[in-house]
Amino acid sequence: MEQTLEIHKPTQPLAEREDVIKVEKLNKWFGDLHVVKDVDLTVKQGEVIVILGPSGSGKSTFIRTLNALEEFQSGKIVIDGIELTDDLKNVEEIRKETGMVFQQFNLFPHMSILRNVSLAPIWVRKWKKDKAEQIALDLLDRVGIPEQAHKYPGQLSGGQKQRVAIARALAMQPKIMLFDEPTSALDPEMVNEVLDVMQNLAESGMTMIVVTHEMGFARKVADRLVLFDKGEVIEMAEPEEFFENPKEERTKAFLSQIL
Amino acid sequence: MYMNNYQQEGDYNTSLEVADGIRLKPVNDSSFAETLRKNLFDGWKNTLLTLLTAIFSLFLVYQVVTFVLANSWDVVYDNLRMLMIGQYPVDEVWRLWLSLDLASLLIGLTYGLWKGAGKSVAFTFGTVYLVFALIPWTTLNTSLNLATAIALIAVGYAAGDKVAKLKLPTLVLWALFIPFSLGLLTGFGGLLDPVLSREWGGWLLTVIIAMISIIGCFPLGVLLALGRRSSLPVVKYFCIGYIELVRGIPLIMVLFIGQLLIPLFLGGETGIDNVSRAIIAYTFFAAAYLAENIRGGLQSIPSGQYEAAQALGLNKFKLTFFIILPQALKAVIPAMVGQFITILKDTSLVAIIGLADFLGTARRISNNPEYLGRYMELYLFVAAFYFVFCYLMAHVSRYLERSLAKGNG
Repeated sequence: MEQTLEIHKPTQPLAEREDVIKVEKLNKWFGDLHVVKDVDLTVKQGEVIVILGPSGSGKSTFIRTLNALEEFQSGKIVIDGIELTDDLKNVEEIRKETGMVFQQFNLFPHMSILRNVSLAPIWVRKWKKDKAEQIALDLLDRVGIPEQAHKYPGQLSGGQKQRVAIARALAMQPKIMLFDEPTSALDPEMVNEVLDVMQNLAESGMTMIVVTHEMGFARKVADRLVLFDKGEVIEMAEPEEFFENPKEERTKAFLSQIL
Repeated sequence: MYMNNYQQEGDYNTSLEVADGIRLKPVNDSSFAETLRKNLFDGWKNTLLTLLTAIFSLFLVYQVVTFVLANSWDVVYDNLRMLMIGQYPVDEVWRLWLSLDLASLLIGLTYGLWKGAGKSVAFTFGTVYLVFALIPWTTLNTSLNLATAIALIAVGYAAGDKVAKLKLPTLVLWALFIPFSLGLLTGFGGLLDPVLSREWGGWLLTVIIAMISIIGCFPLGVLLALGRRSSLPVVKYFCIGYIELVRGIPLIMVLFIGQLLIPLFLGGETGIDNVSRAIIAYTFFAAAYLAENIRGGLQSIPSGQYEAAQALGLNKFKLTFFIILPQALKAVIPAMVGQFITILKDTSLVAIIGLADFLGTARRISNNPEYLGRYMELYLFVAAFYFVFCYLMAHVSRYLERSLAKGNG
């Protein structure tokens, strides 16, 4: 039971690890609107990528194409060796390997917290109920809210809901976690409890792609930062480089607006 | 500005002579006379209104009481059997009692096991039985049968209250109840003496048509609502076409179509009786309306729910039936129960196609020269009966809403 919660933290240096996400020349249109333009991104195992950018820059759309919540028109996405195609089987496999956390939590309001966290392992991974619930309780403990297990989502604060959402995504034991503005809908005093959980997760070796506006988190936790604007990747760099020595004019303009 | 507002709010409070802290809880220390004065006789306008309302109410009560007492109700009790079960053969009435006994036991068990709305259902049925058992013109036999039914409710409650393990058997029995009762009523296809559906009538016929239509239209309505939102064009346009077609036709016409076209489609010799045709017509008619209610519920579910379920890898079936539908149905309970109540009342239209339902039977009796001009008593009795059961449905729906509300958020 224990090993199911364990994430094997990679020990070798980043350059030698295997690629878990490979995106090549990705393009997406909403009608005539070109929202993702020729995006390339390779993510190594255990790497934490933070995507920044003004709203409407296509960063949320990009992260949602990775687990097929949005379709794309051209390019190639390979997640953990599986290419994302129209084939439902591939989509299913990829969704098993990627957990997603949403801005609006999207917990299932008619189910208890424990059920929210344990249902996907029972239904999709076909685990026994006992095992799934035990793991759900362990995960709730890990995100710091074991005492809420038998309540309903409506009885929790925003920060607690988002931590449940993280536990729910983790319960499927994904190799990759995607965060789509996880703290944007929270009251300011609840942002840190969620960021703390995410930082712990990053330190445990989880591969993560995070769309956020939290600069402190980006600087502290990210291995690489990516700046999106108008659907394009403007700059991709390590945090220090990104904040202290940005190369692109638009990066400088973006940083001057938010810092 | 802020201070100013605050000051005003303070003033407002003082004028009400209620302090902030107390305002959170109702104050219970005022006497009865005080309550009366505050609520009914507060100023001359209020007093005048109170007196006028009181006079009018007394007048109404007086009228009703004199009507009830001054009239002999023999038109109702002479025809009570007819009103309740129509032409059902006297020798076979034990089948109805057996079916009623089973229902009573199940109602009792449900109340004992789940409490909640089962309580009002059990008490309403118990009260109706008791009233019928006690009114003087009931035969001893009927009274004894009703007493048995009351006793079975009590027994069911006691058993359900003590033994929690009975939950599954109770649900299974509920599922079997309607097929079993129908089999019993008709004679299990030859096992007992067959009783043809043309001999059903009165409240019995009303309940049978309404119950089967309600139970039948629910899954049909769910499928139509889901189909209307389907991404497959054939399914989608078939559902839209069906719903709009049915909604564009009066119910009476649907009943006629059922009478005339079902035998035509299925060949003349199918032996589908009038009652079944009426039930099919009601089921398909109500399903279209129900589908629109449920579609409203489906549209109220935010897209995030779909996305979260998809991201977790749930397949389309689980997503639809375990994540989306429960929330959608919960949101439209009031509208759905409204539709069910409408079905129960609309069954009275079967009189038009020659069936003698509850209201239709009353109308036939009132046409009998023996009871000329006595329709008022009959119709009052019929109205009261409809009201009790429609109100019970509304009450159960309100309870369901409340008990499901805990998941909100």
